Amino acid sequence: MNNRSPIVLTGIAASPGFAAGPLCRLDAVTASYTPKATSTEEIEALNGAIAMASAAVASLIERSSGESADILEFQLAMLSDDTLAEPALAAIGQGADAASAWARVLDAEIAGYEASGDDYFRARSADLGDIRDRVLRALVGTDMLATLPGAILAGEDLAPTRFLETDWSAGGGIALAAGSSASHVAMLARSRGVPMVVGLGDALSTLSGEVLLDAQAGVLTALAAGGDIARHRAAAAAFAAVRSSAAAYLSKPALTADGTPVLAYVNVADPSDVDAIDITTCDGVGLMRTEFLFSRGLPDEETQYRAYRKVLEWAAGKPVTIRTVDAGGDKPVPGFTVAEGNPFLGLRGIRLSLSRPDIFRVQIRALLRAAVHGSLKVMFPMIAVESEYARAKAMFAEEALALSTLGTVHRIPPLGIMVEVPSVAIAPQAFSDVAFFSIGSNDLTQYVMAAARDNASVARLNDTAHPAVLRLIGEVAAFGAAHGIPVSLCGDAGGDPALIPHLLKAGLRELSASPAQLAAAKAAVAGVTL
Amino acid sequence: MSATAAASVLITHAVGLHARPSVKFTKLAKTFAARVEMALDANGPWIDAKSIVKVMATKAPKGTTIHLRAEGQAAEEAVGALVALVERDFDEGDHAKSA
Repeated sequence: MNNRSPIVLTGIAASPGFAAGPLCRLDAVTASYTPKATSTEEIEALNGAIAMASAAVASLIERSSGESADILEFQLAMLSDDTLAEPALAAIGQGADAASAWARVLDAEIAGYEASGDDYFRARSADLGDIRDRVLRALVGTDMLATLPGAILAGEDLAPTRFLETDWSAGGGIALAAGSSASHVAMLARSRGVPMVVGLGDALSTLSGEVLLDAQAGVLTALAAGGDIARHRAAAAAFAAVRSSAAAYLSKPALTADGTPVLAYVNVADPSDVDAIDITTCDGVGLMRTEFLFSRGLPDEETQYRAYRKVLEWAAGKPVTIRTVDAGGDKPVPGFTVAEGNPFLGLRGIRLSLSRPDIFRVQIRALLRAAVHGSLKVMFPMIAVESEYARAKAMFAEEALALSTLGTVHRIPPLGIMVEVPSVAIAPQAFSDVAFFSIGSNDLTQYVMAAARDNASVARLNDTAHPAVLRLIGEVAAFGAAHGIPVSLCGDAGGDPALIPHLLKAGLRELSASPAQLAAAKAAVAGVTL
Repeated sequence: MSATAAASVLITHAVGLHARPSVKFTKLAKTFAARVEMALDANGPWIDAKSIVKVMATKAPKGTTIHLRAEGQAAEEAVGALVALVERDFDEGDHAKSA
């Protein structure tokens, strides 16, 4: 096209796939607002933007259920209340422009919620932030850009609500300067098959125009030359071909080439994920994460109960393994997690839950009540020593007793543990009374290899196929088989066609993959001869 | 026509008058033509019970007594309906009762 050389940024692939399209910058929204000539026009612009935002939320409500729908109902009620915009309209009367008046008023509201001593009210500041940004986007018209087919959303990070409200049916992708492959939005991207790359660095904010996103290699290319574009298209076509040939395996049970059955579960990151999954294509849910519930601060018991019940009812009797909240590490929750110098080795997972029994008991009660609606199993993340499991198990018994006293229907589900801390993988003998093991290959790999999974510079060390990791997986599988304890694997490796042969040869017969990877995982199983 | 009514009620819902309860509360208040107001103190300040922005801004947690007053058409019914909603834990407290 011209003689400018391409700009190539390298990050970490967070959800595989390919996309090519215009870069849609999500940040610097207020800066791009062009003030109108008169205050009357500013008022019209603000009222119009609020109406657009309300219409967008209303249409989202129709596509949502459970907690997401409740949050959106709340946002719509706030947007529909004239009281909200009154101070902004007054400021416009004093000469302010619509964007800065709106931002100032909402920032003051947000500060009020953040100052609340009550965790539940403090968490609503995220909704006010959503409301502020939604109207600002309508004011500057960036929502129009985002709806271009194949647009690639770019920014520092991406709010899960922004992901959920984007129409991905026309393609597109996500490119983030920061972000994490373990974030809630990365889980959503993997489960919906939206290509996503994180950790591209600050240079991302200097790019614009048409870009190529290779979310297998973790590379974003701007100012691409003809050859780059042709190679990108070929790789994207090859990726799509593999996906569609794998699709034939989706409706069949997973069987190796020599006829050994393998249980194929799905990972669920958000209850709304299951709306797009046919339960007959899987053997149940191998991992339902609960961090999504905490993405807006601390959820109440009813909100959690509804989310768990929805997935259990969808599963129609097939097992659903729910993991208690795995906050901390790279998944901070305001009002719950603590800032630490080395968060992956700090107060996260079960350690954090046990340190905040007030919060953990709310989740336990919701799980106990939901258990009667299907075949629930519950597992604890980041268990390192047996006493953590014993303590958590005792809390289930205590809460069950309290519910019995109230006459509330409940059931104690089978309780298992994640195998992700090397101490458990090396010496599983301490855990011979757990109901099941689930190997968290992402964390097990990063702890065995001492390579953080959110650090691009050590990404090549973060290899689940390393003999040290595979040996531990094999030993846990053998221990489980010898003691009658089921062993499954629910990390990203469970959906990775290159790793599946290794996992089956290590002795695993239960794998859990994200919904978008389920077909490819079954196809990979079919190619293995044991 | 210009009837008035007043009552107070204790919030027993686990997380108080937060997002979902506030949506229900203000939606119900808006079904009445009467002016309906709410306060955390019997001496005020009184806020519009039909405005979710104002109701949420009171940040009333569990254990708060809220005061309600209404003036106008069906004022008595408006206050009665809102008190009943709060007493029913905003129709969310099924686990607190025998099943």
